[in-house]
Amino acid sequence: MLELRAGERHQITFTLDGAEVRGFAEPRMLLSDFLRYELGRTEVHVGCEQGVCGTCTILLDGKLARSCLTFAVQASGRSVETVRGLSPADGKLNDLQESFRRHHGLQCGYCTPGILVSSEAFLRDNAKPSERAVREMLSGHLCRCTGYAGMVDAILETATKRASSTPA
Amino acid sequence: MKPKSFTYLRPDNLQEALQALHRMRDDARIMAGGLSLVPMMNFRLLETKYLIDISGLASLAYIREASAEIEIGAAETQANVLAWPKLAKSLPLLSLAMPHIGHFQTRSRGTVCGSIAHADPSSELPLCLATLGGSVVLQSARARRVLVAEEFQIGMLATARQPDEMVTAVRFPTRKPGAGYAFAEMAQRHGDFAVCAVAAVVSETAVRLGVGGVAEKPTLRDWPALADGEIDDALNDFAWELGGSDDIHANAGYRRDLVRKLGRRVIEEAKKCSN
Repeated sequence: MLELRAGERHQITFTLDGAEVRGFAEPRMLLSDFLRYELGRTEVHVGCEQGVCGTCTILLDGKLARSCLTFAVQASGRSVETVRGLSPADGKLNDLQESFRRHHGLQCGYCTPGILVSSEAFLRDNAKPSERAVREMLSGHLCRCTGYAGMVDAILETATKRASSTPA
Repeated sequence: MKPKSFTYLRPDNLQEALQALHRMRDDARIMAGGLSLVPMMNFRLLETKYLIDISGLASLAYIREASAEIEIGAAETQANVLAWPKLAKSLPLLSLAMPHIGHFQTRSRGTVCGSIAHADPSSELPLCLATLGGSVVLQSARARRVLVAEEFQIGMLATARQPDEMVTAVRFPTRKPGAGYAFAEMAQRHGDFAVCAVAAVVSETAVRLGVGGVAEKPTLRDWPALADGEIDDALNDFAWELGGSDDIHANAGYRRDLVRKLGRRVIEEAKKCSN
């Protein structure tokens, strides 16, 4: 049984957006804080720290997780993906991100990283989602400036474009 | 908004988890998805010396069909249960209620057993388990016992679990021939805690209504078949017995009204899909 003692910093290694990273964390350190303060990955935003606002959402072994409700030590040996993993290269946006820009799916951008990660995971499971399904998915995130209409349009448009570019 | 210091334990199997719990008793907490536990730790409403993480125990991540019930293991996520192809056929009440639990983003890690072990009075799964007459498997290093839902949950966030016991599985009775099922809830937003949630099971000879979010725990009421003209009086009596309390989301009177309105709706719906 793995035992990581309270008050001591333990070495953690995991794959972050495809590259191996390592750092030290006490058991009580949240994964969101580890990503931001130990690894400098400030694209992971933190809002409520109670799993409600959704901006810290990441993928842990391919599954959506609130990084504020995950301890850094839990990521050890696993794969973590953030919004940065979505873009094909530095400074480039993927089709979903482009679509968010086109449809004004963000204003201040605070909620955006989590919403993009969620939307990618959602589109992976739902190739042809209904508007209602998209809105239900977005209910797991809070946006306080633009509202959700632009996001819904962007996600639906991306789904349609991806479906038409994949041979049936 | 950061938890207090704790020692993190990741057992390799169930036995190790139970032995750790046996040694540490009230000093330890079991964590599966952590969707209820970690917010409470972040708020420091709860602190623990030892955190036993069972989320990686593959032997507890299962959906198992037995003759008249479905057993769900302690590490099985809500998302996997919701995606189980036989859910609508075997457990129609769950397939109606589970989309109301949290969100797409939280069901991916939140577990069925965790929600039941947490015992929030407004949670959907404890209500479904009680309404269906399901049970909870409690295991310790010394023994194993099975409690029916009504004996397991004794109040708000309170259960009959002993300090060295862990909820290793829950068992939901499968659809009964001729019975109809319905679920409804009122929440401020989709995915929020229910102000009032109701579940009905109706057959030709019996009506059962379960209500969550009003009393300290999910509460059931059984009637022999109710004629259309008898429903409102029956629900009114039940609503007053449940009482309800005032909080920031709703006052007791509004909650009782939801019992009357939503109660009627689900009884009628369940009646329609019976036979």
